[in-house]
Amino acid sequence: MAKYMLIMRSTDESLAKMMDTPMEQMLETVGSYTDELIKAGALLAAEGLDDAAQGVVVDFSGETPVVTDGPYGETKELFGGFYLIDVPTKEDAVEWAKRLPSFPGAKCEVRRVPSIDEFPQDNEWVVKERAWREQTGQL
Amino acid sequence: MSSIEAIWRIESARIVGALARYTGDLDLAEDVAQEAVAEALVSWPRDGEPANPVGWLLATARRRAIDSFRRRAGRDERYALLASDGFAGTDDLLWDPDRIDDDVLALMFVACHPVLSPEARVALTLRTVGGLSTEEIARAFLVPVPTIQARITRAKKTIAVARVPFEVPPVAKRRERLGGVLSVLYVIFTEGSTATAGDRLLREDLAYEAIRLVRTLSALLPGEPEVFGLLALCELTAARFPARTGPDGAAVLLEKQDRRCWDRSAIRRGTAALGQAGRGLGPYGLQAAIAACHAAAGSVAETDWERIVLLYEALGRVAPSPIVELNRAVAVAMADGPAEALLMVDELVARDRLPGSHLLPTVRGELLLRLGRTTEARAELELAARLCGNAKERAVLLGKLEHE
Repeated sequence: MAKYMLIMRSTDESLAKMMDTPMEQMLETVGSYTDELIKAGALLAAEGLDDAAQGVVVDFSGETPVVTDGPYGETKELFGGFYLIDVPTKEDAVEWAKRLPSFPGAKCEVRRVPSIDEFPQDNEWVVKERAWREQTGQL
Repeated sequence: MSSIEAIWRIESARIVGALARYTGDLDLAEDVAQEAVAEALVSWPRDGEPANPVGWLLATARRRAIDSFRRRAGRDERYALLASDGFAGTDDLLWDPDRIDDDVLALMFVACHPVLSPEARVALTLRTVGGLSTEEIARAFLVPVPTIQARITRAKKTIAVARVPFEVPPVAKRRERLGGVLSVLYVIFTEGSTATAGDRLLREDLAYEAIRLVRTLSALLPGEPEVFGLLALCELTAARFPARTGPDGAAVLLEKQDRRCWDRSAIRRGTAALGQAGRGLGPYGLQAAIAACHAAAGSVAETDWERIVLLYEALGRVAPSPIVELNRAVAVAMADGPAEALLMVDELVARDRLPGSHLLPTVRGELLLRLGRTTEARAELELAARLCGNAKERAVLLGKLEHE
């Protein structure tokens, strides 16, 4: 089994369509997808992000970080939220991505999430992070 | 690995379940579903994946089923009726969102039905609920493909002959039958986590397959505490997988494991599941609680052995077995020292409770070592190594002697 993150990327087009959809309907569509993931024993975590326009961007191009109000760059492919799933293969992750509730224009990026086991276990920072994960029960 | 296989793994239980409900014939349902997959493997790469892959598989399987009914119609009126009747209805009818959960549950209960032998239950569950191919099952259990094939075919015939209805058992029988389902899933998990024979200590894919099925069961039956108990047990046990083998593939005992390698997210999931297993834990829940004691401890020395002794006592009451007694003795040795534990083990020996098992001489040998009775310890551990079927575990046993 491996962890994959399904990264939802929205666009102006898909966001506009989403805004036209009644809340009730949205909740049902997203809720039933989440329910499918739970019943398949695959869901570990999921979060959606607030409006990108309310975000802040920190730019490291110069010598000191420059802070500007959001949204991030052009609103072509904004990171809108994620599902973290636990599945046997990459193909399963892709299959779940294909089923995401979505609107035309949106995309989903599928990325493997390496586990902390893949880092050197005697590195003091890895040890520290492990301890923190242990205490807080982080994924 | 293709997307067809991934789709099949995700959907097989629901497809076979829906078809079995509709046809009332698990054997046929499974056959036509397999035929549909075989057809997909040929036509999708050629014509492209259909817009609705699941609908395609279901429609194709249904067409095959109708063909089969027509072929049999001459011999059997029941099939004639099915062939001409509502079975030609819409796919939507077959794919009834309100019934999918019950279809999957019914499939689990039927695949684990008591009319079947334990081996048949395991094979049928992996094949129909898990969506594993015969080859995958055979590989996981280190048996020839035709053996698994025959086992599945026979199992399906047995279900047909016994006229096992395709349904979730009525409430009065559900608890008892659920116990049967849990034990099949646990057998799959343990088979995946320790090989009873052969060189590969871990066949993790099989263990994770069991976890996937238990997770599904827990989502479908959220009111059953023991399902969560089993889920907790599996997650907490699997959390130790990364630490259970050394770089050379040799087994690493609990006391020597690098606990930093334990999978913390699995422990978190296991602990959460244990919380849902409620009070008055059943056998799986109690074993999970014991695993949780280990998971919470930084080392063997820091482990709450008194609590583990109490949990084994409780386990011995709800599920008495010599293995539980033996494990209790090990916990007593850790909590109170080897002398008292040796008395318990000697009693098991005297009553001949674990004939032929390497576990009894293993534990007895360990206790004698700790008591400084090396000659007797050596004899016990050598006996244990002779009785042990797993090459890697045997190497560990003989390793203990070298250090003396």
